Amino acid sequence: MKKKTGAKAAARFADGAPILFRGGRVVDPSQSLDGVKDLLLVDGRVEALGKGLSAPDGARVVDCKGLVVMPGLIDVHVHLREPGGEHKETIQTGARAAAAGGFTAVGAMPNTDPPIDNPAAVAFVLAAGQRAGAARVYPLGCISVGQKGERLAEIGEMVAAGAVGITDDGHPVMDSGLMRLALEYAQIFGVPVADHPEDLGLSRGGAMNEGLVATRLGLHGKPNASEDVHILRDLIVAELTGGHIHLQHVSTRLGIDAIRQAKARGVRVTAEATPHHMLLTDEAVEGYRTEAKMNPPLRSRADVDAVIEGFRDGTLDVLATDHAPHHYDEKEQAFDDAPNGIVGLETALGLVHAHLVGPGVIDLSTMVERMSVSPAKAFNLPGGTLRKGSPADVTVMDPAHVWTIDADTFLSKSHNTPFNGWELAGRAVMTVVGGRVVWELE
Amino acid sequence: MTPTVAHFGKDLIGLEPLTGDQIRAILDTAEPFKEISERRIKKVPVLRGKTIVNLFFEPSTRTRISFEFAEKRLSADTVNIQTAGSSVVKGETLVDTARNLEAMRIDMVVMRHSASGAARFLAERIPSNVINAGDGSHEHPTQGLLDLLTIRDNLGKIEGAKVCIVGDILHSRVARSNIYGLIKLGAEVAVCGPPTLQPVGIEELGVHIFNRVEEAIEWADALNVLRLQLERMQSGYVPSLREYNRLWGISTARLEHAPKELLILHPGPMNRGVEIDSDVADGEHSVILDQVTNGVAVRMAVLYLLAGGAPEKAESAKGGAES
Ligand SMILES: [Zn+2]
Repeated sequence: MKKKTGAKAAARFADGAPILFRGGRVVDPSQSLDGVKDLLLVDGRVEALGKGLSAPDGARVVDCKGLVVMPGLIDVHVHLREPGGEHKETIQTGARAAAAGGFTAVGAMPNTDPPIDNPAAVAFVLAAGQRAGAARVYPLGCISVGQKGERLAEIGEMVAAGAVGITDDGHPVMDSGLMRLALEYAQIFGVPVADHPEDLGLSRGGAMNEGLVATRLGLHGKPNASEDVHILRDLIVAELTGGHIHLQHVSTRLGIDAIRQAKARGVRVTAEATPHHMLLTDEAVEGYRTEAKMNPPLRSRADVDAVIEGFRDGTLDVLATDHAPHHYDEKEQAFDDAPNGIVGLETALGLVHAHLVGPGVIDLSTMVERMSVSPAKAFNLPGGTLRKGSPADVTVMDPAHVWTIDADTFLSKSHNTPFNGWELAGRAVMTVVGGRVVWELE
Repeated sequence: MTPTVAHFGKDLIGLEPLTGDQIRAILDTAEPFKEISERRIKKVPVLRGKTIVNLFFEPSTRTRISFEFAEKRLSADTVNIQTAGSSVVKGETLVDTARNLEAMRIDMVVMRHSASGAARFLAERIPSNVINAGDGSHEHPTQGLLDLLTIRDNLGKIEGAKVCIVGDILHSRVARSNIYGLIKLGAEVAVCGPPTLQPVGIEELGVHIFNRVEEAIEWADALNVLRLQLERMQSGYVPSLREYNRLWGISTARLEHAPKELLILHPGPMNRGVEIDSDVADGEHSVILDQVTNGVAVRMAVLYLLAGGAPEKAESAKGGAES
């Protein structure tokens, strides 16, 4: 295994010393800002943003010429596997991987073993996240006790303990009545209900997208309809209750159309797009490549185009990685037996920058909107802005840095990515959380 | 040794990656091997000193025995490993299986597995030749080859022949191998069966679809009748065996409406009275026993070619009967 890069923290400057980012292109759509400016962080807060700022005593001055300075990136959909899956990832390794990918905060999915369905478990994740000292870790709690889809978990207690949302991700809420209760009940706590939209009847037995590739490979398919039906159900129940539904990893053309229409009607819906559903089709499964096995599955070209369009026009307002680490020997199995999911924290920024911003599909401002501003808004998180007084969470990207994805160098415990070997332009060079440098590219 | 078209690589995983010429070469190579089975001493020394493991993760008496006959008639040393049940047996993964086989320096592995892609998985990890004896719903290339040989023997040629595969296409590796092989050799191919058992996008492979078996019978020169696995009924794809037989079963009464005499194939084992009636299975148009005979010849040809044999030398290779 190669040497892991970037593990060193910036120890040359005292923790909590002011930082002045000088002369970078500051992109902050929360205040419609895109221009060369200085940014000063003092005492864990944004102190000033402007031209020709002078450095206070003891401040670290970072020359940001040619670099992009943005509000810290937030990934609201990651699986950190702790407790129960520590051989795949821990809260610490996951939070460090996030920082290395330019993320200053992540939303931790509660489908661990045991699941995070009570306030004590939420407090455990929160504390482990703080100990990690890297990206902020915001726990999500389960919708239902044990993610069994039967009765509501203690949502109020979990929110009081620090949960920022609720979800049974990995186990779609199949009971529409329960989804109604969740959407009604969660409203008073101001947290969204995040759902993995999949009708398990329609997707039964499926290992990949339904279509010609699956038919040729002799693998069972999950039709788009399995996702479409569930998205429509969630939208309709959200409309009924006035609750906030957050649709996870949306991958289908019809589903995106339905979200677009629901937004136009004023339904409270936010939705995720993942890098892999915008960059790969089900042809990546060819040869039974388990690193391309995920749920929802990689879909057709038409769906990929629809996800990109939805991401561009804001129907899918949040970029999320669905970071899903798996131990290598779990993936080295027959396709049907291998688990779903890929890691994404250390590749997302480069992929989005190189493949969507680079060719002009979206501009930098939209990228920051989808990767920082909107996720913060959707989950009511601090951050997502560089306004004076906001938390000093900052990501600095070198847009010209050309690098090749090498899974062996990931800080994540797991290396399961279909993007290994991709050459990208654009990489986080510094990640700052609460005014502390938590990661810096050597 | 000069590679010929018949040298299709290290492994035989499926017919999809092969060219028409490669498939024809295998069938031609099988011809001289047919005759060995008719001899009093059914053995030639072509694979003497080679070790072959027949690794069956799914029970299959007939395919295993057919391979074993083929191997023994070519004088190979064979070991049978039969592990029934799930794809991962007692925690041993396919990777471990592959590593163990590699450590034992096996020349060839014949593998049957319940997971699609399992044969390729193994082939990518060991230097031995791997022959796919059926992987999940993916392919069963030697079955496809023996069906092709049987159709060629009985219709004179495959080009232009109209072949309909009847039954559960969704779960059938036999169907996929037949479709690839037949189309590459110029046949017209159709599938027929319950719509619940037709895979999405199958028409994009270039096959016609008939929902009613009467239409298929009217159209076809040959029917390849697939076994209906009884668990398809338990999982609700078809309501009952009786209804399946009534709607898609091949009976003498149905065949009477055929405008021409139809060739009837079945990969076995048969559910008599479900997908095929006994009078058809045992009738004069049934070539089901030819399939069994051709199965051994085709598998000898595949083993011979993978071991590096030249198709044009197959005739002389079979000459040296062991004394
Ligand atoms: Zn999910």
